[in-house]
Amino acid sequence: MKLHSVLTINDEAREVLAPGAASLLDVLRDSLALTGTKRGCNHGVCGACTVLLDGRVARSCLTLAADVGARAVTTIEGVAGVDAYSRVQRALIDAGAIQCGFCTPGFVLAITDLLTRNPHPGSEAIREALSGQLCRCSGYIKIVQAVEHLAGGTHE
Amino acid sequence: MSDADPAIGASPPRLEAGDKATGRAQYADDIQVPGMLHAAILTSPHAHARIVGYRTDAARAMAGVKAIVTGADLTGPRSGGIVKDETMLARGKVRYVGEPVAAVAATDATIANAALAAIEVDYVPLTPVLGIDEALAPGAPLLHEEYAAYAKGIEGTGHDNVVWEAAIAEGDVEHAFAQCDVVVEGTFHTQAQHHAYLETNGCVADVDAAGKITLHVTCQSVHHVQQRVAEELGEPMSRIRAIATRVGGGFGGKHATNIHSIAAWLARAARRPVKLVLSRMQDFEIQRSRHPARIWIKTGARRDGTILARDVRIVIDGGAYADESPPVLTFALLMARGPYRIPHVRARGQAVYTNKLRAGSFRGFGNPQASFAGESQLDDLATQLGMDPVALRLANAMVPGDLAFGGQPVPSCVARECLVRVRDAQRDAAPLPPRSGRRRGVGYASVSHVSGLMGTAATVQLRSDGSVALLTGCVDIGQGSDTVMVQICADGLSLPMGRVSYARQDSDASPYNWKTAGSRSTYMTGRAVAVATIEMREKMFAHAAELMECAAVDLELRPGGVVGLRGVPDLAVTFKEIALRSLFKAGGPLAATHGFVFDGPGFDPKRASLRQLAFANLGVYTFGAHCVEVDVDDATGEVEVRRAWCAHDVGRAINPVSCEGQIQGGFVQGMGYALTEAMQWNEQGWLVTATFADYKIPGVLDSPPEIHPIILEDPDPTHPVGAKGIGEPSLVGAAPAIANAIRHATGARVRALPMTPERVLAAIDTLR
Repeated sequence: MKLHSVLTINDEAREVLAPGAASLLDVLRDSLALTGTKRGCNHGVCGACTVLLDGRVARSCLTLAADVGARAVTTIEGVAGVDAYSRVQRALIDAGAIQCGFCTPGFVLAITDLLTRNPHPGSEAIREALSGQLCRCSGYIKIVQAVEHLAGGTHE
Repeated sequence: MSDADPAIGASPPRLEAGDKATGRAQYADDIQVPGMLHAAILTSPHAHARIVGYRTDAARAMAGVKAIVTGADLTGPRSGGIVKDETMLARGKVRYVGEPVAAVAATDATIANAALAAIEVDYVPLTPVLGIDEALAPGAPLLHEEYAAYAKGIEGTGHDNVVWEAAIAEGDVEHAFAQCDVVVEGTFHTQAQHHAYLETNGCVADVDAAGKITLHVTCQSVHHVQQRVAEELGEPMSRIRAIATRVGGGFGGKHATNIHSIAAWLARAARRPVKLVLSRMQDFEIQRSRHPARIWIKTGARRDGTILARDVRIVIDGGAYADESPPVLTFALLMARGPYRIPHVRARGQAVYTNKLRAGSFRGFGNPQASFAGESQLDDLATQLGMDPVALRLANAMVPGDLAFGGQPVPSCVARECLVRVRDAQRDAAPLPPRSGRRRGVGYASVSHVSGLMGTAATVQLRSDGSVALLTGCVDIGQGSDTVMVQICADGLSLPMGRVSYARQDSDASPYNWKTAGSRSTYMTGRAVAVATIEMREKMFAHAAELMECAAVDLELRPGGVVGLRGVPDLAVTFKEIALRSLFKAGGPLAATHGFVFDGPGFDPKRASLRQLAFANLGVYTFGAHCVEVDVDDATGEVEVRRAWCAHDVGRAINPVSCEGQIQGGFVQGMGYALTEAMQWNEQGWLVTATFADYKIPGVLDSPPEIHPIILEDPDPTHPVGAKGIGEPSLVGAAPAIANAIRHATGARVRALPMTPERVLAAIDTLR
């Protein structure tokens, strides 16, 4: 059975016709061609599929599209607004924190959520907030440094 | 970057970082082609079985199914690495659980999976061979009854379940051990590690009206994919084209594989584009692992700490197909001496077939296994001698001008400096406060590695506005080679990086490159770029000399694309003027290509006895050292790495921030190998760790908040800008340094990876 719904994605109303069991990730990638959201493990461990629902991080692979309802979805394609890069994207680029890049969209959204809730997190709060995002290339050091820079310097 | 900034040694942001940060970068699964079908693979439920029949009629009759292929359709020769033992789908027998048996292309993924469920395969189960001892037992069931008839890429062979055997020896080991005051020996075990790149393997195979197939593929070499697919489809390489997508991590796990051929076969059969992207579970089950290994090692020294002799036997578990087993075995043997001047060394090894996933190349390529054993044993030797482990290493470390194991001269060697740098950095750091219930330990490891191997090339072309187009076959798998190649070219022409374009790798258009592997890109392809750039400069100078009516030797490059007469600031021509002259008046379009095969010295048969090595030469040697601090939980045995210092010689740091990223990322991947990562199979040969929930790669909370990269620059004389590779050595030192820190903290030696809490507690228990 197909489900017809209207989702608010990156501030636009998008009509979606998808199988009832489709995840939000399926809908974003397959129905709407928003392929910046990545499928890393498809069962909620790696965080590559992270999006924001009403500003809070969510695993799009574990979120039924039918359950999204009126919540606002923000994907990597929607974080920069009219500028080329958001400050989080800029900080990751400048820190050399991006290697293969497959995990990067998920990190951008997780960091965006963190800094919205807590503009000046310390190192431990940063590491805690990023603990649901896997990266296989960087060893995490430069990612955490990029967030520390945005948070206003190194915290103990 | 302004025109005046030198490109080499700066750390400009990665060229593609913006695309990756904004979600624009296209990986394999992001490719959409009109009319695209979706493929699915039926895999073997048996570890070892004979295939006696297929029934595909029901699947073929399903609406939306456009092509089906089984092993029965394959009639061509077998493919693979040095031993040609593989087919893209099992033919006659299955040899591991998860081996592809049949594949379907359908109009959507749901139909493709429904069709798989409708395919019936009849098997006669055989006894599975799941470990090294079972494989080598007399009368063991054979995995490959026709092994002797398989084509081999080099001289040599294995036998029974032995894929390959090799040996290297220098000096007289037996006699030397008799001269030693202290001898230590032990057996070490290492596990199967998965690459766990965040992007799984996959591709889109398109087909044109004439039947030519184009693959958009996440891979480590477009030329290797092209060659493998052509072999398996029985097509000339002119009818197979591979174009690299962005690659979401490789680490050795994205070399050409059966799935590229399966996708291409289905596209050819259906005359439609086909997408085949593996689920995470299928990627775990059907691709590759690092070789599990069993290493017996014995080392002897004089009372004063002079190491005289080492004897090593290495058996690696290659899984069901040979793939890279012969070269991995060879490299493990060559690295078994470590970065030490040991005069009498013997290393013998075997790679065996077992009914598990094939083991293949993985960052370090046999060296992580050999170094875990060798560097662990070096600390045990230090304990027996009553010496400081760093002092013992310093006393025996190679120095410039020494010979590597096998007889290759090593003119550039900073093994001692690396050790001193990490020791001093740890000593000078403010101590972390002790924690109750945990014991603190400090451990060291020295590593050597190589960068080199095989052939590569680069082409530089001048465009009509004075911009430059750079082409290589080197695929950036996330390590940053795109940026590094452009930095080398821009620096060689005093151009801003924005004036150098760099094309995505395309087997029909890019100069040949063997692979992104073996820590070789910056050394090998970077060297080709540097030399091609120099040749382009000389060609431009010849035009400039004619334009300015002067001698080419009196010319100089000026920043921003200008050639001037030295000492005469007002006399100059631009690259644009040179380009326009070459295009429309004289000489023809300017292009320079440089290609070469690694041309350093090979092994010396007069010095070493060499048997069945998979390489004739390797590359230039690089050196490094790691120091780690760990806390070991008294109650649980859990090990936490608190801080690490990693010193590595990179020859010359083209992009220091990328070098740091390679060191930090390699260390954490090595830490996962040391502590948590293990692929495990049950008694039926089923992989029971085929998800990220069951196979634990380090997250940020598992990783140390401090990993201090220490970059040493000892320029390599054979590279125009002095660079060497850094991709692999950063992983190699992690496990032995952590093992030695555990020993320092607890007195207990853990001889098996991963060093789980259970194993650490068990090792501590043996002390009581």
